[in-house]
Amino acid sequence: MLGLGADRLWADMNRLLAFLFHQGVLDEQFLQLQQLQDESSPNFVSEVVNIYFHESEKLLRNLRSLLMDRELLDYKKMGIHVNQLMGSSSSIGANRVRNVCVAFRAATDQNNRAGCLRALEMLEHEYCYLKNKLHELFQIEQERALAAGVRYPLQN
Amino acid sequence: MEVCDLLPADSDEVHVLAVDDSLVDRKVIERLLRISACKVTAVDSGIRALQFLGLDDQKSPSESDGFDGLKVDLIITDYCMPGMTGYELLKKIKESSTFREIPVVIMSSENVLPRIDRCLEEGAEDFIVKPVKLSDVKRLRDSMTTREREVKAGNQEREGGVRFTKRKLTESSDLDSSPPSVTSSSALSSSPSSPSDSASPSSSPSPSPSPLDSPIRRLRMTTTD
Repeated sequence: MLGLGADRLWADMNRLLAFLFHQGVLDEQFLQLQQLQDESSPNFVSEVVNIYFHESEKLLRNLRSLLMDRELLDYKKMGIHVNQLMGSSSSIGANRVRNVCVAFRAATDQNNRAGCLRALEMLEHEYCYLKNKLHELFQIEQERALAAGVRYPLQN
Repeated sequence: MEVCDLLPADSDEVHVLAVDDSLVDRKVIERLLRISACKVTAVDSGIRALQFLGLDDQKSPSESDGFDGLKVDLIITDYCMPGMTGYELLKKIKESSTFREIPVVIMSSENVLPRIDRCLEEGAEDFIVKPVKLSDVKRLRDSMTTREREVKAGNQEREGGVRFTKRKLTESSDLDSSPPSVTSSSALSSSPSSPSDSASPSSSPSPSPSPLDSPIRRLRMTTTD
């Protein structure tokens, strides 16, 4: 019975992953991260992703406060933050977030305040979505691991 | 009995110094390297890398190759870093008589040909477009093993102080045809090519027979292996 639960959760996990790939939220780099996870490093993906969340939220806060400046916008500094976010997003396979960063960077290159604001809004939205979905994914994975870990003496 | 038999057993393990200001990227590259049977030291800046090597201004005469005496076999560094860029780090290493033989690989999220050329001209071993994948690290690892075998073979032959010259991948002949030929030799059959690939007919006689030998790798649009 619990064996079936683990299987169902496994299917849920794969369905969610497939959905996220299909939507372009994640790309093959995320798969690469999963390949790096094994018994010697069983929580690798969630560890890296949690670091990513922590760093990204700092960057997003900085970007928000830079853009709220009434006077002169520091486009250069914004560009640096966007680059950092772009790089780390690419490293974990956060494809849509990265793409918005590309547009954001273009706006900073053009000193385009309105463009930067729009890009930041989109970035915050995409990031939120990604975070929710990845949390969901990790949740299912945890449940599955728990379900799979409990064994009856008999098969299944 | 040959001299190389007296070398310590752990000379088979490659020790890599990884330099990246991004914590996420450091974690990933560390894992990629460890899973590829490399020892890793990861630092967050060029300055720290130089400190680790003992190449910084506060060089203490007693230190040789790092604080725990582990010889560095490969340096892999991000290009874009605050303070000292990967390019500047590369130059510093190549200027050092002690460390210039250590291969330096540059990583960058941007596939900018002038940047790639500049790094190769400065003596970079290879240039990897981020995000870094297991296949990239495997390729590096394999070229390290080949290099070690060659060095050992060279050591065996060395008599009377004749210097064995290590094969350098960045020979001038490579630079002439490197931009188009390298990208087209990536053998990406199913993915759409980048604009730089459209000049491939002129570059088909590539100097290096196998893709493993040629420097620079990988457009963003790679298929998984």
